[in-house]
Amino acid sequence: MTEEEGFEGHGKHQRHGAHEGPGTPAADGGTAAGHGRVADGDAQGAEPGSDARGPGEPGPPANGGTHRNGGMDGHGDSDTAGNGATGRSEDPGDGRPADPGTGGDGSARGPAGPVTGAEGPGGAGRAPRIPTPRSSVEDSGMPLPDPSPVTAPPVSPPALVLEHRVLKSLLGAWALAACSAEETAAVEAHLGDCGPCADEARRLRQAVGLLQRPESLDLDPALRTRVLQSCLDRRPPRIPVPDWVAPFDAEAARLDALLQDIGDSEWHAPVRLRWFDGTGPTSRRTTVAGVIAHLLSVDGLVAVALGLDDPLGSVNGEEGTPEGRTEAYWRASHFPPTRSVRGPWREQSHNLVRTLSFTGGDTGTPTVSYGGFGLSLRDAMLDRAFECWVHAEDIANAIDYPYEPPAPRHLNSMIDLGARLLPAMLAARRQAGLAAPGRTRHLVPAGEPGRTLRLEIEGSGGGEWLIALDSPGAVASAEHEVAHVALDGVEFCRLAAGHVPPEEAAAGQVGDREAIRDVLFAAASLSRM
Amino acid sequence: MAKKDAPPRWDRRMQQRLARGEAAALGECYDRFASLVHGLAHRVLGDEEAADGITREVFVHVWEHPESYDPKQVPLRSWIAMLTHRLAVQRLHAAGTAALAQGGQGTPEDLERRVRQASIAARADFIVTSMPVPLRAALERAYFQRRDYRQTAVDLDIEEEEARRRLRLGLQLLSTAHEAAPSGVPPEAGEAW
Repeated sequence: MTEEEGFEGHGKHQRHGAHEGPGTPAADGGTAAGHGRVADGDAQGAEPGSDARGPGEPGPPANGGTHRNGGMDGHGDSDTAGNGATGRSEDPGDGRPADPGTGGDGSARGPAGPVTGAEGPGGAGRAPRIPTPRSSVEDSGMPLPDPSPVTAPPVSPPALVLEHRVLKSLLGAWALAACSAEETAAVEAHLGDCGPCADEARRLRQAVGLLQRPESLDLDPALRTRVLQSCLDRRPPRIPVPDWVAPFDAEAARLDALLQDIGDSEWHAPVRLRWFDGTGPTSRRTTVAGVIAHLLSVDGLVAVALGLDDPLGSVNGEEGTPEGRTEAYWRASHFPPTRSVRGPWREQSHNLVRTLSFTGGDTGTPTVSYGGFGLSLRDAMLDRAFECWVHAEDIANAIDYPYEPPAPRHLNSMIDLGARLLPAMLAARRQAGLAAPGRTRHLVPAGEPGRTLRLEIEGSGGGEWLIALDSPGAVASAEHEVAHVALDGVEFCRLAAGHVPPEEAAAGQVGDREAIRDVLFAAASLSRM
Repeated sequence: MAKKDAPPRWDRRMQQRLARGEAAALGECYDRFASLVHGLAHRVLGDEEAADGITREVFVHVWEHPESYDPKQVPLRSWIAMLTHRLAVQRLHAAGTAALAQGGQGTPEDLERRVRQASIAARADFIVTSMPVPLRAALERAYFQRRDYRQTAVDLDIEEEEARRRLRLGLQLLSTAHEAAPSGVPPEAGEAW
């Protein structure tokens, strides 16, 4: 997870970012020793600007570090072959002495072919050269310009005199072509006189060839499910993750994978949280990191119910509502949340999954208090899975990444939760005067059948749900169906997340208009911050 | 998750939980290491599907044989990387051998060389992702962002001498990628890294 953070490339496309074009300093780093040009097959060694990191290659500077004096003849061969190896090259790396002035080993170049025989005038090219500026021909796809002919080097800089200690300390920077022209010249002059330094220089140069962009971190989220399933098929777990925790586990992993790939600045990208407050759409501005802080705060409701640490600590979340807790968390920190919030969020989500695996399907499960209302542990975990997906999508939209809906099985459980919560929400709205009064003068007694709306959800993860309209205690029944609404599963979830206005939601509707309107508004009212 | 220097305690606990058959531990283990595993396998095999396959094999092994990991010997992360490396190199070798047997191009020597190259590249990747963050950050600046060491020092708010030191040390670490047993076979050879 965080390992990769050092490389901000966090590249979706790890293939070479900026790499040296021809004639860049990296390229001619090894000049004094005359490591040959490999790019153009011109085997004349001792060429300034012999391009070490070629365009299109993440830049092994060939074998540029072959320094004539580095005792190469002693052991160079195998090393060189190995080095060539790094360079994805077809070069047979035939173990010929890595003579200075040979065309390196062509490692950077790929199939350009062996550059052997290039016992160029290597040794001749001792004169220090001024590296050309760090231009950026890289990745331009342009043909490599011919390096200038082996004429007299340009003006030599005044020789720099450095003590051995300093020269040695410069070897890394030198190998990376990350020091000044004068220092480069001084180091290279020194390499002619100092065996140990030359030896190290050669090794470090080879090492540069091993630097590559980290592989793409984009793992197919479905791979997780497949891999874990293969494992569990082979060895059934003694302590399984309960089915009803699986959606949360999967959604948290998906979101975490998204977060892994985003850069520092994207953590501060603005996000607008949107929901439906009962009468109309409302929203709150935050950032990507702020969204994770929100998830952390509200997942904390379940943590508290399970006796785990409250992420809010001593901070007092007003009334313990999701919104109150979130605002309290945001307020409590002096600075806006940063990517550092990812760790605590992920740790808590792992802890929840783990703890619930142990408490299992225990019937005496505590109720999770959401402030104004409560949910069973099972439903709370489905709710958290749902919220995790919804907010992951908010984040993905904010930073312009694609994000898929949950697996159909999980989507189905989330829809089911929404459908089950609808009757109570309808009743609450009715009580608040936001929905039409029930048709019957008296409440339908608990357990008795009442008017019913058939909710048909299309698409993967869909199904049919009968919604009791008259009271949460009434039994929904097909015989008492007064209306039928059909809509897509993801659309229903967007409605329940408050992202779609109820007036615009449904696809197909038949029957009692008022009942349909009430149900759609109730669905939107399930949404929270 | 500050895992950079995750204490060995985490490794030990993870091993115990896996041994106990806790499915949640398997998920956590996957979450922590899957991208490492997949990345290394992909570096060796250069193929998405093959990397997926290795990822499955690695976690199946971890789940079926958690006792084969000894937290006292090596960090879990390294152990998993070695396992990945070994399995991926084996697969590359097997695929290459099969191709040769069917009259594919190249010689066994070519194959050996290819396997060795892939092996070194994967090891180098692992070294880079495992090295201390300050060293990695310096290399990142100097190599990928093409900053010279003075600019690197400014970027990282360190002395120039320290920048030079980090670049040199980082490369020294990286150069050890060449030192392990070169060939992918026999299977245990991978352990040498």
